[in-house]
Amino acid sequence: MTDPLFEFLCRLGDNTLVLGHRVSEWCGVAPVLEEDIALANTALDLIGQTTMWLNLAGEVEGAGRDADALAFRRDVWDFRNLLLVEQPNGDFGQTMMRQFLFDAWHVLYLTELEKSSDARVAAIAEKSLKEARYHLDRASETVIGLGDGTEESNARMQAALDRLWPYVGEMFDSDAVDMDMVAKGIAPDPGTLRPGFDATVNPVLRKATLTRPESDFAHRGGRSGARHSEHLGHLLTQMQWLQRAYPDATW
Amino acid sequence: MYAQMIKSTGQNVKSPEEMDPQERAFQERVDAGEKIEPKDWMPEGYRRTLIRQIGQHAHSEIVGQLPEGNWITRAPTLERKAILLAKVQDEAGHGLYLYCAAETLGVSRDHLTRDLLSGKMKYSSIFNYPTLTWADMGAVGWLVDGAAIMNQVPLQRTSYGPYARAMVRICKEESFHQRQGFDIMMKMANGTEAQRKMAQDALNRFWYPSLMMFGPSDENSVHSAQNMAWKIKMNTNDELRQKFVDQTAPQAAFLGLTIPDEHLKWNEARGHYDFSEPDWDEFFDVLKGNGPCSADRMEARNRAWDEGAWVREGLLAHAEKKKARKVAAE
Ligand SMILES: [Fe+2]
Ligand SMILES: [Fe+2]
Ligand SMILES: [Fe+2]
Repeated sequence: MTDPLFEFLCRLGDNTLVLGHRVSEWCGVAPVLEEDIALANTALDLIGQTTMWLNLAGEVEGAGRDADALAFRRDVWDFRNLLLVEQPNGDFGQTMMRQFLFDAWHVLYLTELEKSSDARVAAIAEKSLKEARYHLDRASETVIGLGDGTEESNARMQAALDRLWPYVGEMFDSDAVDMDMVAKGIAPDPGTLRPGFDATVNPVLRKATLTRPESDFAHRGGRSGARHSEHLGHLLTQMQWLQRAYPDATW
Repeated sequence: MYAQMIKSTGQNVKSPEEMDPQERAFQERVDAGEKIEPKDWMPEGYRRTLIRQIGQHAHSEIVGQLPEGNWITRAPTLERKAILLAKVQDEAGHGLYLYCAAETLGVSRDHLTRDLLSGKMKYSSIFNYPTLTWADMGAVGWLVDGAAIMNQVPLQRTSYGPYARAMVRICKEESFHQRQGFDIMMKMANGTEAQRKMAQDALNRFWYPSLMMFGPSDENSVHSAQNMAWKIKMNTNDELRQKFVDQTAPQAAFLGLTIPDEHLKWNEARGHYDFSEPDWDEFFDVLKGNGPCSADRMEARNRAWDEGAWVREGLLAHAEKKKARKVAAE
C-alpha cells in the first residue's frame, strides 16, 4: 500500500490543481471584466496551493518527483481529486456553484488542518485558508446575487445546484487513508464536517432563494481514484500535452 | 503600440491666431506641460480623439487576453502557468484602468464595449495573429509587450491627466511582462532542438506584425500632427519603430535567433539599424478584419458578452432588489 500521507497530500493537491485548471479555462471570456480578473485570481491561488501540496507529496514519497512531475506525468487513475472539481465549467452559474460547494467544504477542512500534528501540513493549510475564505465569500455573494436575481438567473442557478449536488457527498467520505490521518492527528475525519458544511451552505441557498435538492445520492470514485468521470482525461490531455510531447525539455 | 491610426480632427493644426481665446489658453497649458483634468475645458476634437485612442487601447488589452489565454491550459509547468495567468490578469486590469480613464471623458464602458463588438471600434492589429506554440508566449511578451512599452513610456507624459496616470501603472507591469517573455525565449532558445525551432519560428511569425504595431509612417499625417500638438501622441510612428528595432536586434543576437530580415544591418553613419518595412498591404487587410484570427477574436468576445448577459442582468436585478429592501426597511 502506498504511504497514506502521500495519498492524503495528493488528494489536497489534485483538488486544487484540477479546480484551478477548470477556473483558468475562463480566462478572457468571463461575463464582465471584473469577473475575468477575479477568476484569474482564484485560479492563481489554487495553482499556488497545488504547488505547495504536491511538492510536499513528492517530498514525502521520496522518489524524486516534485509538484510538476506529479501534475504533468500521472495518468487519470493516479489522480485523487474529488469528482466535483473535474466537472466541466458549464455556464458561469455552474462554475460559481461548483466553486461555492467546494469552498464551503475547503474552508472547513483547512480550518481543521491548521491544527495538524504535521507542521508542514499546518503551515500550508494556514496559508491556503486565507485564500479559501476569500473565495468562499465571493462565491457565496455570487450565488446569492444570481439566485436572487432575475427569473432566468434563478433558474440557471437552481439547475447548477441540481446538477452538482450529487458530487457533494464524496467530500464527506472517509476511508482507510482518512482513518490513518485521524490516528496520527494529521487530518480530521471528513465525515465529521458535514454539519458545518450544512450550516455554511443552507443560509446562502436560502438567501439565494434556491431549493436544496432532497436526494443526498452521491457519486464516488474521485478521491479514491477508483472511477473518475470521463472529463478528467480530456483535462489532462490538454494540461499535460507539452510535457508529454517533449519529455526531455525543460521549460 | 496598442493604438493605431488614430484619426484626429482631420484638419491642419491651428496657429495661435486662428484659435479662439479658450482654445489658445488650452494649447498654452498643454505646451507648458500642464495636465488637463476631466473638469477642465477642452476642445471637442481633443475629447473625441482621446476617447478613440484610450478606447482602442483598452479594447486591445481585452482582446489581447485571448492569444495568451490560448496557452494557459497548456502551460508546461505550474510556475509558467501561474506567471501567464498573472500576466493575462494584469492585461484585464489594464483594460479596466483605461475604460475608467475613458469614462472621465463622458463615455461609458458599456458604450465602448458595444462599439468594439459591432466592429465600429478597433483594437491593435497584433492580436489578430495566432499563438501556435509555447514559444509564442515568449515572443508575445518579448516583442509585443516590448513594442507596447515603446509607445506607452512616452505616454506617461501625455497631456490628459487620467490617461497619463493610467500609463504609469500600466508601464510598470508591461516591463515585467517583457522580462518574463524574454525569459521564456531564453529557455527555449537554449533548450532542445525542438525548443530552438519553436523559438525561431515564433520570432519569424511575430517580427513583422510587431513592427506593424507602430502603424505606417505618419510623418505627413494631419491626424498625427494635431495629436502631437495636443500631446496625446508623443513620437512619430517611425521614431518608435526605429527605437524598437534598435533595442530588439541585439536581444535577438543574444538569444542566438535570426530576425527574418536579410536587410537588417547596423548603420554606423545613422547610428541605427537599417531594416525592411513590413508588408503594409497585410496590415491594412488586418485592419479591415481580415487578420488570421480576426473572426475568431470577434466571435470569442461577442460570445462572452452574449452568454454573460444573464449574469450581468441577474446581478443588477439583485442589487436593485437589495436597494429596494433597504429603502423599505428604513
Ligand atoms: Fe497591458
Ligand atoms: Fe499588453
Ligand atoms: Fe502586457
